[in-house]
Amino acid sequence: MTELVPVLSATWGAEKSWSLDTYTEAGGYAPLKKALGMAPGDIIQAVKDSGLRGRGGAGFPTGMKWGFLPPDDGLPRYLVVNADESEPGTCKDIPTMMSAPHQLIEGVAITSFAIGCNHAFIYLRGEVVHVYRRLLQAVREAYEAGHLGTNIHGSGFDLDVTVHAGAGAYICGEETALLDSLEGRRGQPRLKPPFPAVAGLYARPTVVNNVESVASVPAIVDKGVEWFTAMGTERSKGMGLFSLSGHVTRPGQYEAPLGITLRELLEMTGGIREGHELKFWTPGGSSTPIFTQDHLDTPLDYESVGAAGSMLGTRALQLFDETTCVVRAVTRWTEFYKHESCGKCTPCREGTYWLTQILKRIEAGRGTEADIQQLLDTCDSIAGRSFCALGDGATSSIISSVKLFREEYEAHVTAGGCPFDHAASALFAYSDTPATEEAHA
Amino acid sequence: MTYDETTLAQLTEDAAAIIARYPVKRSALLPMLHLVQSVDGFVSPDGIQFCAEQLDLTAAEVSAVATFYTQYKRRPNGEYQVGVCTNTLCAVMGGDRIWDELSEHVGVGHDETTEDGKITLERLECNAACDYAPVMMVNWEFFDNQTPESAKQVVDDLLAGKDVAPSRGPAKVACFKDVSRVLAGFEDGRADEDQGAGAATLAGLEVAKSQGWTEASK
Repeated sequence: MTELVPVLSATWGAEKSWSLDTYTEAGGYAPLKKALGMAPGDIIQAVKDSGLRGRGGAGFPTGMKWGFLPPDDGLPRYLVVNADESEPGTCKDIPTMMSAPHQLIEGVAITSFAIGCNHAFIYLRGEVVHVYRRLLQAVREAYEAGHLGTNIHGSGFDLDVTVHAGAGAYICGEETALLDSLEGRRGQPRLKPPFPAVAGLYARPTVVNNVESVASVPAIVDKGVEWFTAMGTERSKGMGLFSLSGHVTRPGQYEAPLGITLRELLEMTGGIREGHELKFWTPGGSSTPIFTQDHLDTPLDYESVGAAGSMLGTRALQLFDETTCVVRAVTRWTEFYKHESCGKCTPCREGTYWLTQILKRIEAGRGTEADIQQLLDTCDSIAGRSFCALGDGATSSIISSVKLFREEYEAHVTAGGCPFDHAASALFAYSDTPATEEAHA
Repeated sequence: MTYDETTLAQLTEDAAAIIARYPVKRSALLPMLHLVQSVDGFVSPDGIQFCAEQLDLTAAEVSAVATFYTQYKRRPNGEYQVGVCTNTLCAVMGGDRIWDELSEHVGVGHDETTEDGKITLERLECNAACDYAPVMMVNWEFFDNQTPESAKQVVDDLLAGKDVAPSRGPAKVACFKDVSRVLAGFEDGRADEDQGAGAATLAGLEVAKSQGWTEASK
């Protein structure tokens, strides 16, 4: 039985868990002092050796990303933390920053020292105002305690941290769109190369890391590489937050070694809601192909999930039971991608528009058999044909659900409507009345 | 611009504080648009002109940015922005029904404001609280595990001028303008207010505790 390993989440239940005092009492900022006594190159090497991979979805090795920065030319280089958590199903960074913002601030300080950055930015989505309050306060407390500012703890290292609130745009979670947004522009992805490591914020060398990646750094510095590599699997090391939501008895954040299975997690969460069974789920947010009961024992690490045809993504496990209409679920996700497509690339902008038209037609019982093939063809015209991965993500749930539940799409066509009682899926009781078309327009 | 002298002086002082946070001036634009909303309740033509002048941009450049982001409102916004998540997970867990009943109850649709200017309703995309589905946000504070009844109660309280408290967050929800000022990066002294971390946030920690699992036991 795999055990949970509360590292990032360890102090979340403490009194005033977000305060500097609570964090310091639990040993916080000792890793920063230790790091300031190390050679920056040794910190980068330790993070490389730890095998820490980006926790924001792509899983790129964090230390390697740091190592891509060109040699110091005496001009600025930047750390930008991606705190724009918006992928449907993903809800791990928000509680981390709400309950323990100093974990992130300390990670920012150590990472900045390691890569030679003197001004770091945290780009937080704008729709979480209390999280912003906590981050602003934590940064102020850290300055007052000498963990940020000039000549930090006598090391000669200077660091300023700016916490920046976005304004509502999923696309800004894409790292180059985030950089454009942070520069005061529309959040649209850039063509790569050049990668941010070479020309990022203000065209200077920049590391963009996810909140959870950066927040994991203090523990690695503190407890060592071997401690970290003892957790996880061969190529997916360490712990991560698994966020379970939906038709599960006790939804929430479960911090576990990578490689744990959904079956194991479900034992801890009290299983699927009483009297029901699992139908489909996303392993890593709405941009990852869906899984079914057949994947209960798939180890949730980058390689195993990939080999099973999906992606570990952000470990956002959205669980749906047998009452849920897969066509309804996929249609709604697709409307999301249509809404959030930045409009820069034609295949994504137009493709998500047409996908939504077709799906809504099918869901409402006005589709044809040919529409199902048309969906797949349209997905072919989108995937891999745009600057960023938003369009690709839009096709994931469609392609995988047609493959796994084609008969359900056909049932909508032949029945002339949705065969499911939507009220049965809700977590509260109500009697289903026909949904008005306008309400979903 | 039609700002009176005092307002303009305060705006200019705040803008200078925002601009000072960044190595390159233009980065101040997003927080400055939040600042404009904290004064005007939306991104007003005056506010666009003000941002343009402060940042050496054209009004067209500022507008182009403002129209890209959903939190920037182009019409006077309600005092309270009430959003119901209708992305897939929340929708299936009951968000669709909450939206239908709430919209009918309030009498306005998506991105519409009540006549008294109190409430603007919105169908939200995922707000990163899926473990508390179905979720509602009021001025960007979390209202977790909602039902049609609980959502309508919150709105009724707001319409009656009563304070409402989120499930996680501060003791009460601030008005749209005050929250916009926080989003511009100005602390309001309420970071220590708390309604508890929330059961779902602590769910894994509780299991680990009851099983005697600690990271240190590894």
